[in-house]
Amino acid sequence: MSAGVGVDLENLWIRFGDFVAVRDANVNINGGDFFSFLGPSGCGKTTILRAVSGFLDPSEGKVLIGGNDMRGIGPNKRPTALIFQNLALFPLMKVWENITFSMEIKGASAKERRKRADELLDMIALPGQGDKLPSELSGGQRQRVAIARALCAEPDVLLLDEPLSALDLKLRQHMRTELREIQQRVGITFIYITHDQGEALTMSDNIAVMRAGVIDQIADGKTIYNDPNTAFAASFVGENNVFRGKIKQVMGNEAMIATNRSGDLVARISTANQGKLKEGDDAMMFIRPEAFAIAPDGATGDHFVTARVNHEEFEGNVFNIFTEGEGGKEIKVSIPNHGQSFQDHTGQNITLEYEAQNAVLVPAGELAAE
Amino acid sequence: MPRFLKEFFNRNGTGMGLAILGLVIFWTIGLIILPQLSMLDFSFRPNLPPPEIGGPKDVYTLENYKYLIYGPEGGSQDYNAVDLRVFFRTLVAAVCVTIFNLILCYPIAYYLGQSKGSHIRIFAIMLIIPYWINEILRAFALRIIFGETGVLNTLFVGLGVFDTPFDFIRNDIALYAGLGYAYILLMIFPMYNVIESLDGNQIEAARDLGAPWWRIHWRVVIPYAKPGISSGCTMVFMLSAGALAAPQILGGPSSLWFTQLIYQQFNDNNDWPQGAAYAIVLLVTCILFVLAVMRLFKVNMGDIGK
Ligand SMILES: Nc1ncnc2c1ncn2[C@@H]1O[C@H](COP(=O)(O)OP(=O)(O)OP(=O)(O)O)[C@@H](O)[C@H]1O
Ligand SMILES: [Mg+2]
Repeated sequence: MSAGVGVDLENLWIRFGDFVAVRDANVNINGGDFFSFLGPSGCGKTTILRAVSGFLDPSEGKVLIGGNDMRGIGPNKRPTALIFQNLALFPLMKVWENITFSMEIKGASAKERRKRADELLDMIALPGQGDKLPSELSGGQRQRVAIARALCAEPDVLLLDEPLSALDLKLRQHMRTELREIQQRVGITFIYITHDQGEALTMSDNIAVMRAGVIDQIADGKTIYNDPNTAFAASFVGENNVFRGKIKQVMGNEAMIATNRSGDLVARISTANQGKLKEGDDAMMFIRPEAFAIAPDGATGDHFVTARVNHEEFEGNVFNIFTEGEGGKEIKVSIPNHGQSFQDHTGQNITLEYEAQNAVLVPAGELAAE
Repeated sequence: MPRFLKEFFNRNGTGMGLAILGLVIFWTIGLIILPQLSMLDFSFRPNLPPPEIGGPKDVYTLENYKYLIYGPEGGSQDYNAVDLRVFFRTLVAAVCVTIFNLILCYPIAYYLGQSKGSHIRIFAIMLIIPYWINEILRAFALRIIFGETGVLNTLFVGLGVFDTPFDFIRNDIALYAGLGYAYILLMIFPMYNVIESLDGNQIEAARDLGAPWWRIHWRVVIPYAKPGISSGCTMVFMLSAGALAAPQILGGPSSLWFTQLIYQQFNDNNDWPQGAAYAIVLLVTCILFVLAVMRLFKVNMGDIGK
C-alpha cells in the first residue's frame, strides 16, 4: 500500500459540559488504510470525526495528521475532506460545480474545473451528468457525487460519516465494494464511521469498536470477530451466544468456566485477557452460531451443551436452530446446508458440541443492545 | 366548482364558508381594489369645485401627470424641477435605505437563523417589542436622540468629539436612521425564515472544502437566502418610498419626501386629482423598479411570497 498520511489520536478526551463523549481515545491509523470506527448510535463516532476534521476542539489530548499536531488549525486548513451523514451537497449548484467547489476556492478557471469534473464524473461512473442539479440524481448517484466532491479537494485523509446509511440494502452492498475500490485506487487514508458491523468487516483494514465514548478494541476484522477483547465487542460484532459464569480453573490459554445453566465448559481465553482472567472471576463465554455442531444424544463433557429446541428456521444456506438459553435469551445454532436431510427437532432436547478453540472467554461486562 | 373551493366548503360548512368567502371578497374588492380604482379615476380628472363635477368640464385629461413633469402652465421653468427632484431623491433615498438595511440585517438574520439555543428567542423578542410602540412615538424618540440638545449631541460634545452640536436632522441622518429602523423587522424575518431552513452541514461542508467565511456566504448562504432577501428588500423599498411619518417628523426643513408632496396636494391644496396622480406615479414607478431589479437578479415572483 502506498505510504499515505496517517492519523493519530493521543489521549483524546471530548466533553460537552459534564458529559464525556469521548474518553481517552488512543488510535494510530496508518497512512493509506481503510479504518473504521464501529459502534452503536450515540457512542461518539461523529464526535471523533469532527475532532479530526477540525470542527471540534479536543478537551484534552491531541489529533495528529501526518505526525503534525492539528491544534489551532481550522477545518478549511486541514488536509481532510469530510463526507457528511446527509451528504450536504449544495442544492443550487450544478453537479460539476459541486464537485469542483474546492478548486473554485483556489481560483481555478472554469475550463480547468470543467475538465477535472469530467474526469471525476467518469471515475464515479456518472459521465455527462455534470449539468444536472443534485436534486435530479438518485440517492446512490448523489452519494457518488459527494465522494467526488471530497476527492476533488485532494485530501490526504477522507472522512466518511455513515455515508451509506440512507441507501437501500442492495445499493449499500454495491457501494461498499465501490468505496473499497476507490480507496485502493486513490491510495489515501479513509476513516469510515458506521454502526453496521457488516460494512466495517467487509471494507476495513482495521476497525475500532466503540462503546459509549470508549474504544474497546482496535484490530483487523478477523481478529475482532474471532478474538474479541470485551463482552461488548463480542456481542456487537456479528451474532454471538453468551454463557455467564465464574472461572473455575485456568489451564494455560484455556479455562474452565462454571456456567449457571450448562455446567462446566471449557473455552479459550481471548488474547488480550490471557494472564489477566483469574480463577473466581466473573466471566462470559461467547460461541458463534456457526461454531456449534449437533452431537449424538447423551454425549456429555466440558464442550457439550444440552438444550431444548424452541423453533427452527431454514435460511437457504443454513438451518437455524433456536434453543432455550439463559434468562429468556435463545441460543442460536447455524448448521450449514450441505443438502443433507434435515430432521426437525422442535420441542426435543438436543446436545450441541463445540471446540474449545472456537469459544472465547472475556471478563463479564456490558453486552451490546440487540 | 374548483376543488379547492369544494374542500374549503367541506371543511367550514356552507354557511360559514359563504360568510368567510363573502368577507374576503368584500375586503379585497371593496376595501382595496375599488378605492384604488377610484384614485386612478381621480388622477385623470381636473380639480373642479363640487357643483361642476359631472358637468361639461369634467372630462378625462392628462393635466395632473403633465404637472409633475412641466409644472404649472406658463410657469417660469420648463420643467417642474422642484417636484421632480423630490421624486427622484425619494427613490434614491429609498434604495439607499434598503441597501443599508440589508447590510445591517443580513448578519442578524444569519445569526438568528443558524445558532441554536434559547437565547435566540430572547433576542427575537427584544427585536419585536419596540415595535409595539406607535410609529409616531418612535419617530419622536429618535428626534430626542438626534436633536440639537439630544442624547447623541450631549454625549459627543461632552466627550469633546464635536465642539458644537452636530445637526443630525438637517443632514438627514436622523431621517435615514428612522427609516432604516422602522422596517428592520420586515427585512430580518423573511431572511431569517429562509436561513433557518439552511442545513448547517452545507456551511460546514463548504468550510471543510477550504472556503473562507466570505465565500461561504457568497456561494452557499446568500444564493439560498435569495428569496428571503428579495422579499425583505421589496417590502422595505416599497414602504420607505411610501413612508410619511418618519420624513414628516425626522426630515430636515429643506428635504421633502415625495409622500409629503402627495399629502400636501390632498390636504393643503385640496387638490385630490393632483395628489392621486402623484401617488399613482410613485406606485407604478416603484413596481416597475422592483420588477426590473428582480429581473436583474433572476428572482421569481413566487420567491417574494416566501
Ligand atoms: N454539541 C453537543 N452537545 C452536547 N452533547 C453532544 C453534542 N454532540 C454530541 N453530543 C452527545 O455526544 C454523544 C455522541 O454523539 P455522536 O454524534 O458522536 O454519536 P454517534 O456515535 O455519531 O451516533 P450516531 O450513530 O447516532 O450518529 C451523544 O450522546 C450526543 O448526545
Ligand atoms: Mg453520527
